[in-house]
Amino acid sequence: MRGLGRLAIPLGLGFAFLYLPILLMVLFSFNDSRMVTTFTGFSLRWYDSLWRNEVLMGALGLSLRIAAVSATMATILGVLAGFALARFGRFRGRAGFGAVMAAPLVMPEVITGLSLLLLFVAMESVFGFPAGRGASTVAIAHATFGAAYVAVVVQSRLADFDLSLEEAAMDLGARPWKVFAVITLPLIAPGIAAGWLLAFTLSLDDLVIASFVSGPGASTLPMVIFSTVRLGLTPELYALATLLVLVVGVALALVLRLARRR
Amino acid sequence: MTPALRRRLVLALPWAWMALFFVVPFAFVLTIAFAEPAEGLPPYAPLLRWSGEATAVLQLNLANFQLLLDDPYYLDAYLRSLRVAAISATLCLLIGYPMALAIARAPEHRRNLLLMLVILPFWTSFLLRVTAWIGILQDQGWLNGALLALGLIDQPIPLLYTDVAMYIGITYCYLPFMVLPLYATLSKLDPSLLEAAEDLGAPPWRAFLQVTLPLSLPGIVAGFLLVFIPAVGEFVIPELLGGPGAQLIGRVLWTEFFQNRDWPLASALAIVLLAALVAPIALFQWRAGR
Repeated sequence: MRGLGRLAIPLGLGFAFLYLPILLMVLFSFNDSRMVTTFTGFSLRWYDSLWRNEVLMGALGLSLRIAAVSATMATILGVLAGFALARFGRFRGRAGFGAVMAAPLVMPEVITGLSLLLLFVAMESVFGFPAGRGASTVAIAHATFGAAYVAVVVQSRLADFDLSLEEAAMDLGARPWKVFAVITLPLIAPGIAAGWLLAFTLSLDDLVIASFVSGPGASTLPMVIFSTVRLGLTPELYALATLLVLVVGVALALVLRLARRR
Repeated sequence: MTPALRRRLVLALPWAWMALFFVVPFAFVLTIAFAEPAEGLPPYAPLLRWSGEATAVLQLNLANFQLLLDDPYYLDAYLRSLRVAAISATLCLLIGYPMALAIARAPEHRRNLLLMLVILPFWTSFLLRVTAWIGILQDQGWLNGALLALGLIDQPIPLLYTDVAMYIGITYCYLPFMVLPLYATLSKLDPSLLEAAEDLGAPPWRAFLQVTLPLSLPGIVAGFLLVFIPAVGEFVIPELLGGPGAQLIGRVLWTEFFQNRDWPLASALAIVLLAALVAPIALFQWRAGR
């Protein structure tokens, strides 16, 4: 790019580093050979065999359901938290609340997973709920760290708008809930959509926390991928990666268009 | 409804949820770290036991922490994790700083697109991106294939299941966490400061060292911590790309929990790991607050 001078070189190399592995996966998902590294010809056979792979497809279905539920819960929690952090000024307990909302972003996953499992086990022995572990405990765990991400996105989106629109509506006599529904919510809608999508992809992607809090019979997609990879690479996984890249790319493009229109 | 009550209502749900599912669980980790392992499920003995006559006996078992101190295996794993995380964060900084600087100095209408390109890989499956590196680094992989074809090497160099592979994997996955905070600080720098340095005759490298670099220090610290902290507990990358010697603390905890079913020891490991991580964050907060 012009104007950057020599800085364009590290930028280009950095992007090559980030994108080359993804491009290679996409390319080799169309490979005719079973070899994952030598390209012999174009074929869609790995997409076909992925479609027939009941274990992978079943896990994908489970993961999509968990991701949809947990992302929705995370969005509700994260919008409330992000709104409070951006609009409530210096309320009592703000530092503690901010820390608790931000901590899941950096907490090592093994700790989050282990601690939640111990909570679920203790809850089950005292209240009898959750009875056993599986999709619902995974969804609760994912909603918790998803909420932290949604809160960040919503908070930064709100910070881009000053209070004047909301104040104007209040001056005109609108009640606070109405101001939120008619002014604030539409303003942050792209942020909410982006936050939901982020929580969704993070849930779809999580191996460590799900391994701790899931139970027998509820193997999520990353858990199945992980055990497959340990046995060796197959082009089916590249096909799966390509499809995920495609779906996320399209969804992200839609959210960006929504954001630009505002 | 008063404004105060309204605020409390908005805060109630996220506060209650995070307290129950994020804060309270640590109390259980702390408790079970002091428990004795036992057969059955859950595989630990309760701390509080009724001793017949309506009196409870609290038994704190320090053996788990004792073992962590005595067995050099665990101490080694901790030190190795800290070292690997520090080296990975440094690699991210070396690659990420020029990228962030380039994006911050790009024409304004291009910045959002470039930033988007940094974030985009973060949206695609982390596990599958790590998997891609297996295909690149294995003996018959793309990298060795390319080097052989170019005639640079005679036989494949073993890369997969080495520390090199692990560092590549961690740097690759955490790079966006470094670039974003760096960009945030670098894009806010006042360009007139650099112009002033230039007017006073400073060559570009000197202006960089004496103006840009010191002023971007908050971004460097934030990016370093954002990479360092999760990398210390990383499990997937050392497991899939690193060799059997890459026993990082996240991997050790995983093994104690899933293979040895020693929940109390895994909890004790988590407590010590957490304590080791809270220290740098507290230091950072304290410095930022001054």
